[in-house]
Amino acid sequence: MAGTRARSRAKGAPHPAGPAASPEQCREYLRQMRLIRYFEEKAGEAYSLGKVGGFCHLYIGQEAVAVGSMAALRADDYITTSYRDHGHALARGLSARSVMAELYGKAAGCSRGKGGSMHLFDASLGFLGGHGIVGGHIPLTAGMAFAAKYRKTDQVAVCYFGEAAVNIGSFHETLNMAALWKLPAIFVVENNGYGMGTALARASSLLDLAHRAYSYEMAEEVVDGQDVFAVRSAMDRAVERARVESLPTLLEMRTYRYVGHSMSDAAHGTYRTKDEVEEFRQRDPIKLLEAHMLEAGMMDEAGLKAVDEMITAEVEDAIVFAEESPDPAPGELWTDVLAGGQ
Amino acid sequence: MALLTYRDALNAALREEMGLDDRVFLMGEEVAEYDGAYKVSRGLLKEFGPHRVVDTPIAELGFAGIGVGAAMVGLRPVIEFMTWNFALLAIDQVVNSAAKMRYMSGGQVGCPIVFRGPGGAALQLAAQHSQSFESWYAHIPGLKVLTPGTPADAKGLLKSAIRDDDPVVFIEGEMLYNVKGEVPEGEHLVPIGKADIKRAGGDVTLVCHSKTVTVALKAADQLAAEGIDAEVVDLRTIRPMDTETVLNSVGKTHRCVVVEEGWAFAGVGAQVVDEIQRHAFDELDAPVLRVTGADVPMPYNKQLERAAKADPAKVVAAAKRVLYLA
Ligand SMILES: Cc1ncc(C[n+]2csc(CCOP(=O)(O)OP(=O)(O)O)c2C)c(N)n1
Ligand SMILES: [Mg+2]
Repeated sequence: MAGTRARSRAKGAPHPAGPAASPEQCREYLRQMRLIRYFEEKAGEAYSLGKVGGFCHLYIGQEAVAVGSMAALRADDYITTSYRDHGHALARGLSARSVMAELYGKAAGCSRGKGGSMHLFDASLGFLGGHGIVGGHIPLTAGMAFAAKYRKTDQVAVCYFGEAAVNIGSFHETLNMAALWKLPAIFVVENNGYGMGTALARASSLLDLAHRAYSYEMAEEVVDGQDVFAVRSAMDRAVERARVESLPTLLEMRTYRYVGHSMSDAAHGTYRTKDEVEEFRQRDPIKLLEAHMLEAGMMDEAGLKAVDEMITAEVEDAIVFAEESPDPAPGELWTDVLAGGQ
Repeated sequence: MALLTYRDALNAALREEMGLDDRVFLMGEEVAEYDGAYKVSRGLLKEFGPHRVVDTPIAELGFAGIGVGAAMVGLRPVIEFMTWNFALLAIDQVVNSAAKMRYMSGGQVGCPIVFRGPGGAALQLAAQHSQSFESWYAHIPGLKVLTPGTPADAKGLLKSAIRDDDPVVFIEGEMLYNVKGEVPEGEHLVPIGKADIKRAGGDVTLVCHSKTVTVALKAADQLAAEGIDAEVVDLRTIRPMDTETVLNSVGKTHRCVVVEEGWAFAGVGAQVVDEIQRHAFDELDAPVLRVTGADVPMPYNKQLERAAKADPAKVVAAAKRVLYLA
């Protein structure tokens, strides 16, 4: 049936060309995106030095998705992500200190050293986890949306996941129930082209992933995930649909990861070429935003430098903080298993 | 006290807890308009409405995860699995989400949820519908696993489970739903983590849970007729296990048989035996024996099925062996 499909198309159709964001808003986007980029570069370095352990998945190249979409949310909304979660945490407002300390496994980390890179949490910000099982957090987010509707608040629950997760059962089960029950949930697919080394075309029979929403009569949109303004405006529409109409949306953000799947994977060589990576780097989300701001006269080179200095200091401080923070006390091994402390 | 079936005792627990706390809701397949596949939720839709008694599509993984997410932000979901055989589709959410959330968030995000439904074999339902999974879940730190064997325990444990702040796996006995027993009315709470001596005796300890409580009690009657005085210890909670009650009993009887419906390998009884040999080695006058389901998928044929199940005769035989009477 064409009802929802036609409606969502019509709603999303004539996007006003050009961003309407204020200079302050643009500056904030830029600050966050540069912060994430530099944080990730430094996290990668720390990993190579053996300071960060386990799996470590960097967000470099995808910054506009988290930054543009989080800007559309309210402080009491709920957010979950996959394990590639550093950028989302920073965009939501977790401090660089608490995220870096978590990567270092320190007691001052946002998950007190018990979660690590893949499991960043800050309940006070509604940031309810980085999750490590592909697709596992998709129903959790629908559950949070269910709770919002159950309690008759107008909170929205947002779920970020990679494009490889659209092939797993939990995605389909959840989208069906979210649409069936009209839950205020937003499902953000970050289509970076690959699930580890598997290109989308080798894993999905359907390449326009947003179209998967058609099966569930759910609104959808395909978004240029490198354009922070496009991300923001699509997210604004989805948030409005969720908050006002209590309806879910599937957003496909077309993006790209510049680096390997995790720190143990080379940026290119086996499943993709250097040329391909270089080509995508031409549409870098940060460069696009900077170019816009320079052109619109919102920013000059000195301004860019000032932003740079600010985020550099913040990340350097986070590293010193993480280095100097104590490990969790040995007794922490046994706490937080159950509610009673044990 | 009222004489209730195990089914109606569970129903009373749900009704009372939903009446007391509007964060509690019931979700699952056929729980609402159909009144429950096993009628445990009979009348709840009428009383509480579709907002709180929610029929789902056949999507165990999805609705289990929706329950976990709702629990993470403060609701108290009761997720019904039509049977635990189908919950295998959802085990990722029970193990990887519900059980881990508090720990991996450094204590920030709890998960007060109850997953419940019938487990164990019924009659001639064959291989895919006759299984006991309590040992699987009991393996997982972060979960509590409850297996009531009587109507009173069914009510009291379900009420405690719903009020508990941790994820609870609540496995009902599929063969117990029609069993009747005295059930205290109103505020009847059975503490989680406490075993119960269902029959006192001094000659041999029979450890059991869920449906095997009935089996062990029947075996104890038969043993009594032969002058053997068995003590029946119902674990009630598998995790956290009340080892103290088991050890006290073994300290008295010096002989023990552990009975369970499930398979022997890495089963609940294996854990019980491990506790006994570590903490009460010197108390034992005989090796601890186990009576379990046969180590095969459940057959359909009635005679074969009977042979596969733990029954009173097998328990009597094992008790006599630990008493060196056979
Ligand atoms: C259920 C499950 N299977 C396999 C894995 C191992 N794994 C981790 S990430 C990943 C690829 C996921 O790709 P995608 O969803 O596109 O996210 P991206 O890494 O690109 O952000 C795989 C196979 C897993 N974590 N969970
Ligand atoms: Mg991907």
